[in-house]
Amino acid sequence: MDVMGRRKVLELLLWLTDRPLKVADLLRVLGDDAPAEPELREELAALGRELDERSAPYQLAEIAQGFQCASRPAYSQWVRRLYKEKTSLRLSPSALETLSIIAYKQPLTRGEIEDIRGVDVSGVLETLLERRLVKIVGRKEALGRPLLYATTLDFMRQFGLRSLDELPRLEELVPPEDAAFSAAAPEAMVSPVGADAAPETPVA
Amino acid sequence: MTTAANDVKLEIFEGPLDLLLFLIKKNDLNIHDIPLSQITSEYILCLEAMKDLNLNLAGEFLVMAATLMQIKARSLLPSPSRETEDAVDPRMDLVQRLLEYQRYKEAARRLESRLTVTKDVHYRGAPILGDDAFTMETSLFDLLDAFREVLKNLKPRVREIETEDVPIEVKIRDVLAFLGSRPYATFREILERESTRRGLIATFLAVLELIRLKQIAARQTEAFGEIRVYRREALPEELAEDPAATETHAAPSAPMPEA
Repeated sequence: MDVMGRRKVLELLLWLTDRPLKVADLLRVLGDDAPAEPELREELAALGRELDERSAPYQLAEIAQGFQCASRPAYSQWVRRLYKEKTSLRLSPSALETLSIIAYKQPLTRGEIEDIRGVDVSGVLETLLERRLVKIVGRKEALGRPLLYATTLDFMRQFGLRSLDELPRLEELVPPEDAAFSAAAPEAMVSPVGADAAPETPVA
Repeated sequence: MTTAANDVKLEIFEGPLDLLLFLIKKNDLNIHDIPLSQITSEYILCLEAMKDLNLNLAGEFLVMAATLMQIKARSLLPSPSRETEDAVDPRMDLVQRLLEYQRYKEAARRLESRLTVTKDVHYRGAPILGDDAFTMETSLFDLLDAFREVLKNLKPRVREIETEDVPIEVKIRDVLAFLGSRPYATFREILERESTRRGLIATFLAVLELIRLKQIAARQTEAFGEIRVYRREALPEELAEDPAATETHAAPSAPMPEA
């Protein structure tokens, strides 16, 4: 199969699939017609460029450790109209908070989330499970064997993450006004040796 | 049909840590050196305002009040150990929890900002998120704070007839009528039309109910800034959400039966 023929196949597979396909998946499906992995990656990039050049209403997205076609934002309203009854989902601030705790500390139990948020999260967890942003991945070997929660593939797709590593490091997450404040305050403290200086702190 | 104020149960989404952070920011306090008596009394005032409104006060809020008072008591007692230099600040646990919680709040904010880009990108097989959850909405604490201010300034000379019922339906109609054709009203304006405590409480609950029913929206230009209340269809473009999502609410003045 030549490169152009293979590009058509790739476009079809990535348009048709309902989950992101990893390079390994594509190599397996292509079988004898598969090129070496670096060539395949290059062909994927070329497909992405081609979709852009011909202004296809969908694009090739690298998402959740794989590839999948995704609608372009400009066409969102049409998708929403098609799935009108399903577009009423909302994420409340508490849902987002709970979701970020799970994203950073997964897998973890409901009790562990509640320790951080200081409130009952059972209702919020239900919502997140329903929206498939969170899933149950097992039980913790602890008293009562509580359920363990983790984020899903849909979480990564919804937030446009190629992998969880794309989330900013937790230690760097300080609200802007507090960063300014702690920069002004620290004469009082002697910095411990080797303490990680926040990367954005300017060197005086 | 009269609905007494105490028939309304509202879910409080944020918890006690959130309330503490809100108070710390609002008063420009140093999170590492919280003035306990100030924060404790502010916190308790907020709880009282919530109780006034009969909001479904979650037990966690009371636990935090007890924790604050316990820390305060401990900091008043002389430290049993001689080495006062090394004495552990009784506030430390709380500060650590607040800092940790604050980091996750920031993480949530970052996640949310990703959504402004990605919510319009759809994949086969993926659920579609609503288009309307991602503008900065006024938090319940901000509303509560404004409510507390107006309540404080209520003229004391007004005598109240305790048995008078103030149905929320009536206030809902009032608020909608007041908004009428104007683009928006400030939350204060709406509350300050009331001269009695009960009227105030009913109006506050009416506003919350209207927000819940998506007939109005409360927006703030900046944190602790003025709160404006918009009729849903009068939202200016940049604050408006997907018009398709609100079209079912386009007739908010459904006639309500005379109470």
